[in-house]
Amino acid sequence: MAEVQLSNVSKSFGKTNALIDMDLTVPDGAFVVLLGPTGAGKTTTLRLIAGLETADTGEIRIGGDVVNGLTPSQRDVAMVFQQYSLYPHMTVRENLAFPLRSPILKTPEAEIANLVQRVADVLHIPHKLDNKATELSGGEMQRVSIGRALVRDPQVYLMDEPLSSLDAKLRADLRLELKRIHAELAATLLYVTHDQIEALTMASHVGVLDHGRLVQFGNPREIYENPNTAYVAARLGQPRINLLPVGLLEDHAPPGAARVGLRPENIRQGDGRDATVTRVEHLGDQTRLHLKLGNHDVVTLTDPHSTLAPGEILRIAAQNPIFFDAEGNRVT
Amino acid sequence: MSAHSINAPSSRQKWIAGSLVVVYALVTMIPLVWIMLTGFKSPADAISYPPKWVFDPTLEGYVNLFTTRTRQTQEFLAANPPQHWADEIVRQYDMVIVGPSKFGERFLNSVIIGFGSTFLSVFLGTLAAYAFSRFKIPLADDLLFFILSTRMMPPIAVAIPIFLMYRNLGLSDTHLGMIFLYTAVNISLAVWLLKGFIDEIPREYEEAALIDGYTRFQAFRKVVLPQAATGIASTAVFCLIFAWNEYAFAVLLTSATAQTAPPFIPTIIGIGGLDWPAVAAGATIFLLPVMIFTILLRKHLLRGITFGAVRK
Repeated sequence: MAEVQLSNVSKSFGKTNALIDMDLTVPDGAFVVLLGPTGAGKTTTLRLIAGLETADTGEIRIGGDVVNGLTPSQRDVAMVFQQYSLYPHMTVRENLAFPLRSPILKTPEAEIANLVQRVADVLHIPHKLDNKATELSGGEMQRVSIGRALVRDPQVYLMDEPLSSLDAKLRADLRLELKRIHAELAATLLYVTHDQIEALTMASHVGVLDHGRLVQFGNPREIYENPNTAYVAARLGQPRINLLPVGLLEDHAPPGAARVGLRPENIRQGDGRDATVTRVEHLGDQTRLHLKLGNHDVVTLTDPHSTLAPGEILRIAAQNPIFFDAEGNRVT
Repeated sequence: MSAHSINAPSSRQKWIAGSLVVVYALVTMIPLVWIMLTGFKSPADAISYPPKWVFDPTLEGYVNLFTTRTRQTQEFLAANPPQHWADEIVRQYDMVIVGPSKFGERFLNSVIIGFGSTFLSVFLGTLAAYAFSRFKIPLADDLLFFILSTRMMPPIAVAIPIFLMYRNLGLSDTHLGMIFLYTAVNISLAVWLLKGFIDEIPREYEEAALIDGYTRFQAFRKVVLPQAATGIASTAVFCLIFAWNEYAFAVLLTSATAQTAPPFIPTIIGIGGLDWPAVAAGATIFLLPVMIFTILLRKHLLRGITFGAVRK
């Protein structure tokens, strides 16, 4: 396993700038999750590291070596694609063995059998080994395609929203599975998603992308508690952070602050300003309270046994507010 | 029919549809069946009126097709008893077999030229289609249109220039010349058909193979080709049918060494009067290779028809 380093990497497709001056270091053994909406440049980052695209400018290093001119196979990376991941004309066994049989690895057949069996056991698919790839369910297919990456021992694993097409239960299982595999193999993993739960549960580091730029990089806690910008703040947290004009709830704003960010759990109930309850959502694990404060919607959490009803007045106050300027940059 | 189908056909509708298909199949197959039957008739039965459905089958047509024969005197026939069953058949007309006819050779020419040009068209077509489908080629659209435009006039319109060119190049009446010619005509069809099929194969498969440690060409061979099998099979059938049936160029450019079966079969009519059973036998044998080829590839063809319509 190795460290992956991008310095000053830019990539554009025609007039679209997919990636702008990207500096990113994936430490050896880290589980880095890139987070961002569609079109933020997450997948492009993976494809550049894999060698499926060539960078316009900048340098990509894997394990300290510049790999810019190398083909994907020379870079020794494994990648899990979002879809179309299995070779449909092969069985599961052949799919899993395919990278091992490559001219680069040329693994002896006995060893292939061993490795394939081991990966199949880890992913709970040993009984499916002789099925055609097209005879599997969506979840099984995705497990096989993760397996096809795991049979190898590459410099880095790249994963492009591998869980996005799965149902919630399977996604939760595989999240744990991936986390466990990461811990066991001490593997370097670069993982792309737009699902913040995946980012928070698995990552050792999170990178947030916005329109081709890496806007913040750090451990998940840090990004959640100390976002650089309002954009980053809005990427993590469910329900989303409340962004309100300064002065509505918080009177001690630093100079230059235009908006205040309040996490739903950072709204104290019982004192402060009057807000009207508009809706109470019982989600089982949490109960969300939708409030109207002046003209602004505010979401907070409340006690599951709350008897609040729409129309009632509740006093709320801010706690640990985060301030942003008019452009959305953090002000302290 | 899926469970979500709003209007699954009833058994009555299925029965009607089935009957229609059977009737249609019978109507279209009658000429073929008639040709096959005529091949086993005697010359008299073949031209009898009203036509005979029931007759004494004979291999006379096939014997006449494959042999050359001469009429002999009674003394000669008495002195030389028939050697085998084919000899006996021709004795009834006071004839003896003196050697093989040219049909075998011509048929072999058809096989060499038909399958040779089909292989070449599909081989080159697959490579070109892959390149057009996957790489950024300057003027790709114009090139594709140019390739298609070669099909816009009937090939025979350029017969005279090709005739002169082939004479100068020494390609007239050669297998290679005919293979090149049919390939040139077929390649536009092959490139266009195959490009459509290869476009349908998601690039992710090749990208996965590249990352799995394979070169671009290995990825093409191990991942793209097997998935393009359907398209390759249907393209091959189209190419073979054209090259196999082609008549005009064959008449013009071949006379002996490389003559194919289509220009040869009509000449049977001229040998000793209208020998319809022999012509029918020739037509039957001529039909077989394309028929067998198509039957062998039928699974792929059926998938080919629905390809693209059904996404997996």
